[in-house]
Amino acid sequence: MAAKLAAFKAVDPSRYIVYVGFILILIGFSIVLRDDGFLTTRNLLNIVQQTAPITVMAVGMVFVLTAGEIDLSIGPIVAVSALISAIVLRENFWFLGAFAGLLAGAAIGAMNGLLVAYMRLPSFLVTLATMGFLAGVARWLTDLKSVPITNDTFNGIFGAGTLFGVPSLVMWTIGIVFLGHFFYRDSRYGAHVHAIGDSPLSARAVGIKVDRVRFSVMVLSGACAGLAGLLYSGRLHGARYTLGETDLLTVIAAVIVGGTRLNGGVGTVVGALIGSLLMGLLNNGLILMGLSVSEQLMVRGVILLAAIALTLRETRT
Amino acid sequence: MQAAPVPQATTGAPVLGLQNIRKEFGGVVAIEDFSLDVHAGEVVALVGDNGAGKSTLIKIICGVYPPTAGRILIDGSETRFSDPADSQARGIQVVFQDLALAERQPVYMNLFLGREAVTGPFRRLDRRRMIRESEELVRGMDVRIPSAKSTIRDLSGGQRQGVAIARATHWASKLVLMDEPTAALGVAETQKVEKIIGGLRERNLAVLIISHSLDQVFRLSDRICVLRRGVQIGIRRTHETTNNEIVSMITGLT
Ligand SMILES: Nc1ncnc2c1ncn2[C@@H]1O[C@H](COP(=O)(O)OP(=O)(O)OP(=O)(O)O)[C@@H](O)[C@H]1O
Ligand SMILES: [Mg+2]
Repeated sequence: MAAKLAAFKAVDPSRYIVYVGFILILIGFSIVLRDDGFLTTRNLLNIVQQTAPITVMAVGMVFVLTAGEIDLSIGPIVAVSALISAIVLRENFWFLGAFAGLLAGAAIGAMNGLLVAYMRLPSFLVTLATMGFLAGVARWLTDLKSVPITNDTFNGIFGAGTLFGVPSLVMWTIGIVFLGHFFYRDSRYGAHVHAIGDSPLSARAVGIKVDRVRFSVMVLSGACAGLAGLLYSGRLHGARYTLGETDLLTVIAAVIVGGTRLNGGVGTVVGALIGSLLMGLLNNGLILMGLSVSEQLMVRGVILLAAIALTLRETRT
Repeated sequence: MQAAPVPQATTGAPVLGLQNIRKEFGGVVAIEDFSLDVHAGEVVALVGDNGAGKSTLIKIICGVYPPTAGRILIDGSETRFSDPADSQARGIQVVFQDLALAERQPVYMNLFLGREAVTGPFRRLDRRRMIRESEELVRGMDVRIPSAKSTIRDLSGGQRQGVAIARATHWASKLVLMDEPTAALGVAETQKVEKIIGGLRERNLAVLIISHSLDQVFRLSDRICVLRRGVQIGIRRTHETTNNEIVSMITGLT
């Protein structure tokens, strides 16, 4: 009995539950929706593309949560970055617009980081405040008007284009997950992110610059949200203050379900990718099933709760 | 306060010199006027009852707290560590009483934290090497740990202490500060740690060790320094003093 329990504990269920859930939901929808074109390459690729901004933000969030912080401001960062790049793109070539959007995201992240790391304020409250502030900025920037993007190069790179036959949004997903995974798992920086989220005191005692790492994860998260903004506006050929509005919950759910701990020190980038694909799958399947928006919301809420309960139950040992 | 004549080892500038250290926590005096030299190849024991200020002193030396007043000299030159990172860079390692391990990380990451081994043009973490070296290190300590890949949280108190000691003794090149390093250890493990401390002396490192076990203090140390409620009571050469004298210095009773 005890041996059985130990063996069960050794296979940390929160690590694998996302893969099991992913496959179960995939199979479930494949059966239920077999006549609705769910299991076509086109639909599946479509899911990956639609999920790209979520995946990118989830990668940033894995770093933030692992460092023991949180970033609640990613939603409005998406909107502000997208709007700024759309405004710059009116009169400039694609790179300048993209750069401005990314820079805006990183700069907002840096502001969060300054307050969190150097003013030593809790990230939960700082980014809650930033979230409100930026939601205002996003509305004020263009007076609630959406800004179309007519730059085809930009829309190709961040939207409907392809590279070597692969849709660019899929490319972005692969690239960001690959880079994120490398830095998270295989770099000294990643090791330090784990350490400061696990025990800031011991990290400091071995000479890790805790404040600097804390600052950097907030910048990273801001930059990821900025990139997500570009990916939205590239796909939609325009920016609007509502972009990213409901993404915070989805991103955090994807990351947590993927096996990253809310209380720091433990996480996975690949899990976060699967987590966000799972969210995309749900979204897509529920729409194909013909559920109304209100029904979708309820089903998604219940499934999320179930997934979170399954994942986090193990934490308490 | 008039300090008693302090016996000191004879050669060279001391590795660690503490002069008139004072520490207040918001007006409460934790350490009053503390002076001590520790030389290379010497083991000095710091004893005193709970709350005497021993851990506070170690945290001042390694840069966790700044002293309220007084001077810290390393190899004879005055130093001010604003961060434990600074003291590490100078070859000083600490085994903290509260251990300072990252609990959700594996043993090998803890042993290499802040000094991770990397390989190749992309500077990838060299996990295989860290695991191999950790296993050797831990085996050398005689602390039985399931594997270098075990998570700290899954280890016993003694195993954790073993990891903390292995880390400190491995990276130190000048001075090791140990705050009750064997408090959680079994008999055999304690013997092993004492042997390791002997090995540090042979490597010509300076060691400052806090311990509540006077037997251990007498086995290990060259000199014994007594603190009582933040006041330095005195320093004795270990082979010139007795258990009774130290006890009465600690308690203040004769
Ligand atoms: N950060 C702090 N803030 C306020 N007071 C402190 C702080 N750290 C220690 N003290 C006080 O300083 C005194 C000395 O504490 P210290 O931890 O150095 O004792 P110690 O000699 O190590 O005791 P023990 O043998 O129990 O470990 C205690 O009275 C303690 O309450
Ligand atoms: Mg203590």
